Amino acid sequence: MIDQDVLDRTLRAALRDGGDFAEVFAEDRRATSGRYDDGKVEELVTGRSRGAGIRVVRGETTGFAHTADLSEAGLREAATAAAAAAQGDGGAATVVALERRDAARPHDVVVLPETVGKARKVDLLARADAAARAEGSAIQSVTASYADAHRRILVANSDGLLTGDDQVRTRFMVQCVAAGDTGMQTGMEAPGRSVGFELFDEVAVEDIARAAARRAITLLDAVPAPSGRLPVVLRRGAGGVLFHEACGHGLEADLVQKDASVFKDRVGEAVASPGVTLVDDGTFAREWGTFSIDDEGQPAARNVLIDDGVLTDYMWDLLRARTASRASSGNGRRESYQHLPMVRMTNTYLAAGATEPADIIRSVDRGIYCVQLGGGQVNTATGDYVFGVTEAYLIEHGEVTAPIRAAQLIGNGPETLRLVDAVGNDFETWTGTCGKNGQGVPVSAGQPTLLVRELTVGGTAA
Amino acid sequence: MSGADLLGIARRLADAAGPGEAVEAYVVRTRETEVEVFGGEVESLSTAGVEGVGVRVLAAGRQGYAWAGSLEDDVVTETLHEARDNASFGAPDEHYGFATPDDVAAVAPPSLDLWRDDLAAVPTAEKVRLALDVEAATRSADPRIRGVESAGYGDGLLESALVSSLGVEATARRTTCSAYAVALAGSGDETQTGYGFTAGRSLADLDLASIPRDASERACRLLGATQPTGRRLPVLLDPLVTRSVLGVLSATLSGEAVLKGRSLFAGRVGETVAAGNVVLVDDPTDPRAPGAARTDSEGVPTRRTELIVGGVLRGFLHNVYTGRRSGAGTTGSAARGFTSTPGVGVRALRLEPGTKSPEELMAAFPEALYVQSVSGLHSGTNPISGDFSVGAEGLMVRAGAFAEPVREVTIASSLQRMLLDVVEVGADLTFLPGSTAGQTVLLGEMTMSGA
Repeated sequence: MIDQDVLDRTLRAALRDGGDFAEVFAEDRRATSGRYDDGKVEELVTGRSRGAGIRVVRGETTGFAHTADLSEAGLREAATAAAAAAQGDGGAATVVALERRDAARPHDVVVLPETVGKARKVDLLARADAAARAEGSAIQSVTASYADAHRRILVANSDGLLTGDDQVRTRFMVQCVAAGDTGMQTGMEAPGRSVGFELFDEVAVEDIARAAARRAITLLDAVPAPSGRLPVVLRRGAGGVLFHEACGHGLEADLVQKDASVFKDRVGEAVASPGVTLVDDGTFAREWGTFSIDDEGQPAARNVLIDDGVLTDYMWDLLRARTASRASSGNGRRESYQHLPMVRMTNTYLAAGATEPADIIRSVDRGIYCVQLGGGQVNTATGDYVFGVTEAYLIEHGEVTAPIRAAQLIGNGPETLRLVDAVGNDFETWTGTCGKNGQGVPVSAGQPTLLVRELTVGGTAA
Repeated sequence: MSGADLLGIARRLADAAGPGEAVEAYVVRTRETEVEVFGGEVESLSTAGVEGVGVRVLAAGRQGYAWAGSLEDDVVTETLHEARDNASFGAPDEHYGFATPDDVAAVAPPSLDLWRDDLAAVPTAEKVRLALDVEAATRSADPRIRGVESAGYGDGLLESALVSSLGVEATARRTTCSAYAVALAGSGDETQTGYGFTAGRSLADLDLASIPRDASERACRLLGATQPTGRRLPVLLDPLVTRSVLGVLSATLSGEAVLKGRSLFAGRVGETVAAGNVVLVDDPTDPRAPGAARTDSEGVPTRRTELIVGGVLRGFLHNVYTGRRSGAGTTGSAARGFTSTPGVGVRALRLEPGTKSPEELMAAFPEALYVQSVSGLHSGTNPISGDFSVGAEGLMVRAGAFAEPVREVTIASSLQRMLLDVVEVGADLTFLPGSTAGQTVLLGEMTMSGA
């Protein structure tokens, strides 16, 4: 994308007036998306975004500027703007000679999306629409979407690092609306992987569509969700987002260093039930949050955050790691070249245990069984979090019974970690977009079937 | 940042329309400054410019779209070619179309002045000082404040041009600026957070003194919060919460959602859907609204649209496509960024204010829950089924005054019931950044889950 000597001169320009560290992050991203709605191909859109973000760090202050102009003059202008924010006395750091260092790829991408004709992508959408509608006349609306993105990044910094990555992601989503006597209900299914078009050799779009349609139809018979504190069983894959919210964000070093995390100063302490092992793994092959290098050029890594109940480490980006005189954990990510990196999760999961999932359900006299969650939110300073349930059932006397309407679950992170009473021997992941300070990045979350002794269920039934 | 002529680029693309083809180009440029401070120092200072173009092509009844985050000649040309290519894969639809000169002439656009030259001239050092002052004032606003989680200042200058080969041209420009702080209150094991915010079109509009006051008050009054016993009770929504709930409701008022069978209000025009005191309007002609605009993003003049009056549903919002297909005509409600085709969206949705103050609403019932903030709005609400269940924190209200704070509760109902349960709409209409405004609203009953 940019010649090495141009990068070198840009970094020198960035540090000319002082500063401890300078970095050029360049990105070239092409995306294709298609939407089938109302029984027809409504939209096929292609997009291109290309540019560079330059930051200059001096002490605790970061100056940042970005530009879509990748010429040497354009980069120079952005470097000067970024440097202006980080000026001061003291000797400027020198730029170490750039040396290319590429990280191992977690997996290979087989079929690059740009090598697949648009007609084949559009065809998937029509097939999904037909499969969803075939589930029954209650299905009144189907939206199928396809999205692929090919993102090339380049990172060069004044420590002499020069590296890059080629990231491909493909996702397919079906959303159905079912109508019945009780009103309308929705069902969604949206798998995604850090792979190319081979995704569709592994998952049939018809299966995705049928899962979404059945979910919407099932909910037509849903009873109001209960209200109050109840045992909650999270089916494998459904509850990864719970741990993402309940403790993942609180283990991000930027929030910890700002005294905005309930997990501050707790490394080495038992923070969760024995049997709870939480991992964030950017190298998890093919998962939605996977990459070779993060957006600061640091290799992806598998980081154990909680080991058998004991807090072992936080997640780190380059700047927070420098402050703490340690290495980055490969968690510095950004939405695009227009954003500053910060500490972000990748693929965060709770490791499998030994209990049979069926035994977990049988152990509950009255509670709820969550099959799909819709995302959540946390206040890391208090640890209070919520997440929405989009498919769940009552558990009565150890049996899964009636479906319940959508409801919010609410809990407190440190408390929930201590309430995990059983960890299943199964495992699945969930695909999502994590938002923090207005930036969205692709992540996955995973877990085995779990029993949480008690969570507050926000339904309307007495 | 190039000084590219936005209107010139848009005209050039529209002029490139071939026989049997129509082209619409939307070209945007923004310049933004953002200062974040922490611990009395600048944490980050970002200055950035974004330019982009979105091209829509109509040919043989099909629509294609492409966009690019660059205005360089080769990229702009490639974008037009991609849009043409994409059109060949779309399905034909007789209702596709761009705004016509008749659509544009149908309503006189409002006279709005949304640009302030003085904002562009503010030196960066002054913005940095402002952010540092906001943080310091928040930290010292109350002895119970132990820190400031984040504080900052941001501003933006946005310019756009839209030109179509049908002869429609529209340009827009506006400035915005805002400042905020999040206060941390409490000591030992307990922490509560509170938010203060101000926004305007130039620095003179900012009510900076409100930030430390609101952030500290909102954090400190939650200290000692506990989880209450679940029950059904009247609920008072803070203006910020009302604004968020209207944001969820806005999805049901889009003509696109109605046409596609995804609005719980489809087929209910003329029916009573809310309490008799509910008047819901989208009014982008009001200069106080941050989302105010002369024209929508298809170049059609904006207007005040009444959606619910006296509790009765009057209609929906439309862009050119949904207006044609439903027969209702566009309401000037096309909304988009340059990376997408025009959808339908609210710009300035609000409940018309009532006559009572928040204090009067607090005294209306012996006991109520005052909801200061909600969480999980996107995961816990569904504008298609109407299910509504969100996390909440706030205070109990008894005998017209705040009593003990509560946390770790959810409030649940449905959008349909909440509209019918509106007992009073407060007089305290507050314009906040975004496309909806809020005031204190009293709802007769919701389910509060707790211990």
